Amino acid sequence: MSKYYLLQDSERCIGCLACEVSCKSNKSLPVGPALCKNMSVGPVEIKSLPRVRFVFMPCFHCEDPWCLDVCPSGAIQKRAGDGIVFIEPNLCIGCKSCITACPWGACQWDPAAAKAVKCDYCKDRLDEGLKPACVTKCLTQCLEFGVADKLPSGRRERFAAQIARDAFNPKG
Amino acid sequence: MDGNKAPNVKGVDSPGRRTVYSLCGMCAVRCPIQVEVQDGRVVWIQGNPNDKTMGTSLCAKGAAAIAFENDDERPQYPLIRTGARGGGQWRRASWDEALDYIAEKLQGVIDKFGGKGIAFSDRGGPFADLQKTFVKSLGSPNYFNHDCTCGRNAQHASQSLFGMGRKGLGMDIKNTKHLVLYGRNMIESLQVKEVKDFMDALGKGAKCTYIDVRATLTASKASRFWMIRPNTEYALNLAFIHVVLAENLYDADFVKKWVVGLDELRESVKETTPEWAEKMTGVPAGEIKAAIREIAADRPNVIFHLGWMTARHRQSFYTSRTAHILNALMGNIEQTGGLIIAKGTGDYGLKGLNKLDQRAPKVEDPRVDGVGTKFKHFDKGPGLMHLLFPAILSGEPYPMGAYIAYRHDPLTSLPDPDVMKQALDKLDLIVSIDVNYSETAWYADVILPEATFLERGSIIAEKKGAKPNLQLRDQCISPRFDSRPAWWIFREILRRLGKSEPLEFETLEDIWAYQLEGTDVSLEELRSKGVLGLVSKEERRDRDTGLGFKTASGKVEMISPALDEAGLPSLAPFYDPPANEPGQFNLVFGRVAYHNHAHTMNNPLLNELMSENALWINKATGGELGIGDGDTIEVKSNGYSTKGKVRLTEFIHPEAAFMVHGFGRTVPLQTRTYGKGMADQRLMKGKLTSYDPAGGGNCLTETVISVKKA
Repeated sequence: MSKYYLLQDSERCIGCLACEVSCKSNKSLPVGPALCKNMSVGPVEIKSLPRVRFVFMPCFHCEDPWCLDVCPSGAIQKRAGDGIVFIEPNLCIGCKSCITACPWGACQWDPAAAKAVKCDYCKDRLDEGLKPACVTKCLTQCLEFGVADKLPSGRRERFAAQIARDAFNPKG
Repeated sequence: MDGNKAPNVKGVDSPGRRTVYSLCGMCAVRCPIQVEVQDGRVVWIQGNPNDKTMGTSLCAKGAAAIAFENDDERPQYPLIRTGARGGGQWRRASWDEALDYIAEKLQGVIDKFGGKGIAFSDRGGPFADLQKTFVKSLGSPNYFNHDCTCGRNAQHASQSLFGMGRKGLGMDIKNTKHLVLYGRNMIESLQVKEVKDFMDALGKGAKCTYIDVRATLTASKASRFWMIRPNTEYALNLAFIHVVLAENLYDADFVKKWVVGLDELRESVKETTPEWAEKMTGVPAGEIKAAIREIAADRPNVIFHLGWMTARHRQSFYTSRTAHILNALMGNIEQTGGLIIAKGTGDYGLKGLNKLDQRAPKVEDPRVDGVGTKFKHFDKGPGLMHLLFPAILSGEPYPMGAYIAYRHDPLTSLPDPDVMKQALDKLDLIVSIDVNYSETAWYADVILPEATFLERGSIIAEKKGAKPNLQLRDQCISPRFDSRPAWWIFREILRRLGKSEPLEFETLEDIWAYQLEGTDVSLEELRSKGVLGLVSKEERRDRDTGLGFKTASGKVEMISPALDEAGLPSLAPFYDPPANEPGQFNLVFGRVAYHNHAHTMNNPLLNELMSENALWINKATGGELGIGDGDTIEVKSNGYSTKGKVRLTEFIHPEAAFMVHGFGRTVPLQTRTYGKGMADQRLMKGKLTSYDPAGGGNCLTETVISVKKA
């Protein structure tokens, strides 16, 4: 696995799709490929209220990537330093093996370039000390990016605050 | 590009990397942005982190700005119509030729009817001083904006109670404990900073009561959701007030000091019990009582939202008004987590920007829409645009000869375009100044392509708030095509008419220097941040003595003298809208977070996310009509019919139907969106002249449609 995490807090996500468009804009992608996708599920009725869940799907940057294994031209590579799985466009022959192999649909087709494309966590931005495009422009900070051994405890804090609120205001 | 002699801001074409702070132009919110430019091309846009609330966030529309900039499917040079109006035949013209053509026609109108024979409309906003100065310089009182189909009812409701417009009381959403929203879909009709505050508040445990005919994404975050019968939320507010007064849930101290007319209010809600409201709204009486008790327990840190897009039905003004009455009863004014009086530079003893408007001679003629003369209870500023068209058709109170649309598309945003076209056909000149091929541009005589927001600078904006600030839209790049900034276009038209004195500046920098003259702010400082706070410490007014409402009594007035004088009730009884026949629905429109109202449908990246709208109707009701999810349906209203897709959902009231606004475009040059989806405004037959008489906003959601399988 890469040394990074990219977490989504569905509770804070508003489904505005700034992530998807920021990604495509940053990578100058044409109509078609989406390197990250924020899928919404719902609304469904939960305790008489409409609720929608969001599932953010970039690339998981697997430890042993299916896409890398099947790539016949060596275009899909893994960065030694941080484990980011990326496509070297000059080596991609457009065979689409990676698109077939990836169980999560992370590998996409760029019809303009006639090559495969995928999320690389915006490695050029990371190298400049910045965060991925999707995370940078997220409206509600529902997307969080960082180094996995320093995972944030936001959800635990929120849960603790909720418990405390309920305890202080039993009628709530 | 050849022929492009745009009056650029100095240094805009300099090579290498530049960071420019500016204001987004992808919707009317105009968020502060940071733009990275590499060798004259925009390579990155994010929120301007010098604005703390904004941070680096930017919504999907803003993120699609580069795609918009690089798109060729927008006006690239001036166009003069050659065929019939709306026929789509144009010839390319030079700027000189197009401006001469316009000036000659305008001179003809001025000679025949005077300057007042020219009407102009825009979409309001922080740069309106420029447009108002242009219209005033033409000698016309007829400046309009889009607000009759937006926030007029809220504006007038606020004025009738506080003597201040709707922006006179800002909402401290971030710190609120309970926010009540009447169809204000904060998450999908989003303003970046507001929705961030909203989500922060919810994260801190704030409650939200969301009232709408359908479950929006805002409903999906709310702690309470009422799927209300269409156009009845006024009844709900009357019941809220009934309970607040009956159970003494209000802030007696605040009300004693600051509210006049409590007895009249009490009398007006005597019979509007929750049980009564249940029959009108479908919301159970027990839930109404529980809700208002819960909200009142959190006062004063609660907000009843006045509404944003309130051009909905004949009682929208009273919905906004009663929301604000509830605010006053909760004593939430000038309170953390409630409403904060917006303060300008003057409130802090600072000199504000010099206004361009003061350079133009005063116009004495009355407005053609009768606002200020026939209708004294309406705010004169932008008037009521829906009243322009009947005035053109009748020639009363005086004839009109020309109309200029500046970044406004009434044929999309006002109801019943056929009637508007009949009126426009009586004019000698229609001009559209826009960055897009709008429906109105397509019907115009001349299209002047404005430079995009990345390609132009605008006048400096001064924003009121808890703390006032200045905001700069700087120019990021030079125009890709032969387009021009608005200030230059207006000056050039005025020069040709010998009326340019008020806008006689050689460069935009000269305008900025004039605006800033005598203030403590330098352009360099403003440019280095983009958004510049003018005070360090927030000052609040004294809640015992100094709230300074701008009414005659200085207090919150339950009975408005202006409404009295107009013969309209301040505390109106509820009108129960008739039930719809089977197969008929009230048409409700709205937005998604990744399209603005009507200008982004052809944007490559946003069109990809949503290229066509669908009509939402209730699943069970659709089933009864033999309609299945995804079916093609025929939608009819008053003789107009259109076809589209249907989405069946249990999350919409059986009497309502919903569609996203802005689709059904007819301009073939917008190839991605041309002919896709349905246009709600064309279904709103007869609604151009239907408006709330007290608030002035159009009654758009009173449109009744019938739906059947196609």
